[in-house]
Amino acid sequence: MKNNLAPLIVLAVLAALPLLGLNSYVMHILILSIMWTLAGMAWNLLGGYCGQVSFGHAAFFGMGAYSAGLIHLHLGASPWWGFLASLPVVALVALGMGSVVLRLRGPYFVLATLAIGEVLRITCENLTDFTKGTLGIMITRTWVEKTQYYYIILGLAALAFIVCRVIVHSRWGYYFVAIREDQDAAESLGIDTTRYKTIALTVSAMLTGLAGAFYTNYMGYIDPGVVFSLGEISILIIMVVMVGGVATEWGPALGAGIMVILAEYIRSLPLIGVAYQTMFGVLLIVIIIYLPNGLVGDWPVLKRKLLRRGAPA
Amino acid sequence: MLDVRGIDVAYGDVQVIWDVSFRVGQGEIVAMIGANGAGKSTIMRTVSGVLRPGKGGILLAGEAIHTVEPYGLIERGLAHVPEARRLFPEMTVEENLDMGSLRGRARKERARTKERVFSIFPRLSERRRQPSGTLSGGEQQMLAIGRGLMALPRLIMFDEPSLGLAPILVQDIFNVIRTVRDEGMTVLIVEQNVRQTLALCDRAYVLENGRITQEGAGADLLRDPHVKAAYLGV
Repeated sequence: MKNNLAPLIVLAVLAALPLLGLNSYVMHILILSIMWTLAGMAWNLLGGYCGQVSFGHAAFFGMGAYSAGLIHLHLGASPWWGFLASLPVVALVALGMGSVVLRLRGPYFVLATLAIGEVLRITCENLTDFTKGTLGIMITRTWVEKTQYYYIILGLAALAFIVCRVIVHSRWGYYFVAIREDQDAAESLGIDTTRYKTIALTVSAMLTGLAGAFYTNYMGYIDPGVVFSLGEISILIIMVVMVGGVATEWGPALGAGIMVILAEYIRSLPLIGVAYQTMFGVLLIVIIIYLPNGLVGDWPVLKRKLLRRGAPA
Repeated sequence: MLDVRGIDVAYGDVQVIWDVSFRVGQGEIVAMIGANGAGKSTIMRTVSGVLRPGKGGILLAGEAIHTVEPYGLIERGLAHVPEARRLFPEMTVEENLDMGSLRGRARKERARTKERVFSIFPRLSERRRQPSGTLSGGEQQMLAIGRGLMALPRLIMFDEPSLGLAPILVQDIFNVIRTVRDEGMTVLIVEQNVRQTLALCDRAYVLENGRITQEGAGADLLRDPHVKAAYLGV
């Protein structure tokens, strides 16, 4: 039970936050941070633990977002059903995609996922009858208040946290790490690597899709350029995990908080604010050089450095 | 135990193995020796299912295995201690051993087999909680062998087990291979360290340019003029 204490405390604190009567902007930042935590944990399962670095998670985020948008547009259903609708849709796409891209390794896998994300964006932009193309889809938000959205995304993130924790500590988790460390050796020890990579991809994709479906409900408007975005979704997900800590349990949450706040802050700066993606690029380079395992993964190193500096000579 | 019948193997259009046949009998230590680039590792990779023969077949205890997926071989009793060890560096010694016993009987017997591996390699027992990436080269080779043993294989293949080890460790590793055979496993070993390998094995095949050019008892090959001139430098 000891290992469950920390997550429960964090959850309790987060659940109590809205009671402080935070203003709507702070709530917005919190909601976005938790949404990115969800997406980051999803990416981490595939990219962090299983070692399959995807530059195309916008594909799943976008599919989730459009699942919610499209059932509203065509069936008149509440976009909240998008959560349920997205799961089979995203899972099918992930299985199909996996059968192709998971045959590839290293940079070829990265490029293939990047291409698939872009292909889906362009497809979505051009299927104007079905998706309304670049016009996007507008829905009526259920609540004006942020509090309800906050609890919904917190619940989803908690669910994802549990799913990831159970998987990582199960036999699957060991298989994923073995595949990351040495795929050929894993295969020769009796692990059906294709099968377990497909599992990692599918679970990762489904969780990412939930984040997308939430995005639609929360923002009230989606268009392909936003939800299938390479820079704003696919790469941001990677940033969240890299900054926080690859293959760590708490890395995505920390990374998401930092990235969301940083994005808000840099964007508000005069003159250089528009170049926030450039800043992200610089940050990523710094992280890779000095903290390759992210803030959580390299915490012992970081602590040592800070302590040494702070200690009297 | 292992029966390789007339296999051809190619990388794309480049054929590197030509009509190679060899047998490894129950309880034998059989060696495959040859120079760099002769095709030894290619043969290993083919037996372990990573490469497919263009022609011919491979039988393990009478069952054709050249069409089986690589992950299916370990259940059929074939373990592979790969070249350069291929451990999982961020997993501990013990986790690496566990990874060797994922299925079937090996999984049920895991605790007992692990104790046996630790009794063969006490050093591994001392370091069981240490990430395998922090072990020395010799310890890593011990762990790779231990991981192979964890599968309780009928046939265990060693690919260049002496690679990068100090001479004194090489002797230790070879002694372990003899112990493994004495416990009832069949051994196929591929080596460049010709003198010690021939002294260890029951029979050996000489591989040159992708073809088997000689075969015989290890002791006989040690005295063979061609082998002496080409591999032993005398």
